[in-house]
Amino acid sequence: MPDPIGYRREVPGTQPPYLHPDYKSTVKRSPTKATIAVPHTLSEVTGPLWTKERVGSIADDLTVQDKERPLGERIVVAGRVMDEDGRPVPNTLVELWQCNASGRYHHPVDQHDAPLDPNFTGRGHAVTDGNGDYRFVTIKPGAYPWPNHFNAWRPAHIHFSLFGPSFVTRLVTQMFFPGDPLLALDPIFNGVPAPARDLLVSSFDLGMTVPDTALAYRFDIVLRGRAATPTGI
Amino acid sequence: MALIPTGWQTVGPYLHIGLTWLNTTKLAGEATKGERIAVEGRLFDGDGAPVPDGMIEIWQANADGRYNHPDDTQAKPREAAFFGFGRVDTDKQGGFRFETVKPGRVPGPGNTLQAPHILVSVFLRGQLRRLVTRLYFADEASNGDDPILALVEDPARRRTLLAVRDPGSATYRFDIRLQGEAETVFFEV
Ligand SMILES: [Fe+3]
Repeated sequence: MPDPIGYRREVPGTQPPYLHPDYKSTVKRSPTKATIAVPHTLSEVTGPLWTKERVGSIADDLTVQDKERPLGERIVVAGRVMDEDGRPVPNTLVELWQCNASGRYHHPVDQHDAPLDPNFTGRGHAVTDGNGDYRFVTIKPGAYPWPNHFNAWRPAHIHFSLFGPSFVTRLVTQMFFPGDPLLALDPIFNGVPAPARDLLVSSFDLGMTVPDTALAYRFDIVLRGRAATPTGI
Repeated sequence: MALIPTGWQTVGPYLHIGLTWLNTTKLAGEATKGERIAVEGRLFDGDGAPVPDGMIEIWQANADGRYNHPDDTQAKPREAAFFGFGRVDTDKQGGFRFETVKPGRVPGPGNTLQAPHILVSVFLRGQLRRLVTRLYFADEASNGDDPILALVEDPARRRTLLAVRDPGSATYRFDIRLQGEAETVFFEV
């Protein structure tokens, strides 16, 4: 078969470096030697298609997974998954996880002295529809301290994981909330170069709110897009 | 005008909450064709200490060298009994293990043929983005023809990509070292 059409190469200055000393753990956990660019072969342009049929289940309301309703401010988090040309990415898995309203994860490693919520696990997944749209109902996560430096606090955020149509399009990211004063202080958020980092901040969306029930935040996600021609190197 | 792809962020230390529900360590079913193998290894940081808060994903072709994906239009039979995806979080010793089949050869750039290989993604706390590497099989004669392995000029570095078969078993060992003398070769896709 002819060489497959690859994906666009990464645009310099839009993704975090491997070594980002402000985020201390990267010092011992990032490669010291240069990465090697590979042409996009059949191995890279294919990838696991986690479609609705293959996933088989949906867990898009994180407020109804336990006996009682979780504490905190109920919100809608929704948006569109697109490629670099703005074309929707339909039928692809979106996984998400977060801490509870008081800033505590339902996880044995989390020793933060804030209350656990027995009614909130903080895990969900959904599959984008034909327009690339996804929608979750959850509660607004709290900020939490972490040991990176003195008095370090993570801004409120939700972790996201996506596959898209190929190995290249895989993405793990975090969604933040508008106007958070902790954003300027967070080495993880600031690991993404400006202006790309602002795209990690969701926007308040009155049109998506559910009257008397939930405010809403919009978070659109852009995955790597296909190149026009084979991307041999 | 092209949009800027969303920036990577770390999976953080609590990745298990959101991601382990999709763990898949047995890739081959009863009906899957091919030689049954296991690949196992450990993930180490720059101090040589195991990374217990990481996650490994793999992606591979089936025994015929065909991917379960519509963009693979090779004239080879599609195999519904093999998806080709694996995911597992690392254990306390930084360990991971997958049971699968040895992949066949798939086309490379031009009219080349790649040696059997598995694509590997490494996610971990302490790293903002995914690391990508490839697992090859040390006892595979076609490695010498592989166009991607050939991009790694230093033979010592190339060896970091070769999984070694345990004598007398079908298990291949593949350790991943983020730093140090035997730092794994990582690729940019
Ligand atoms: Fe977090």
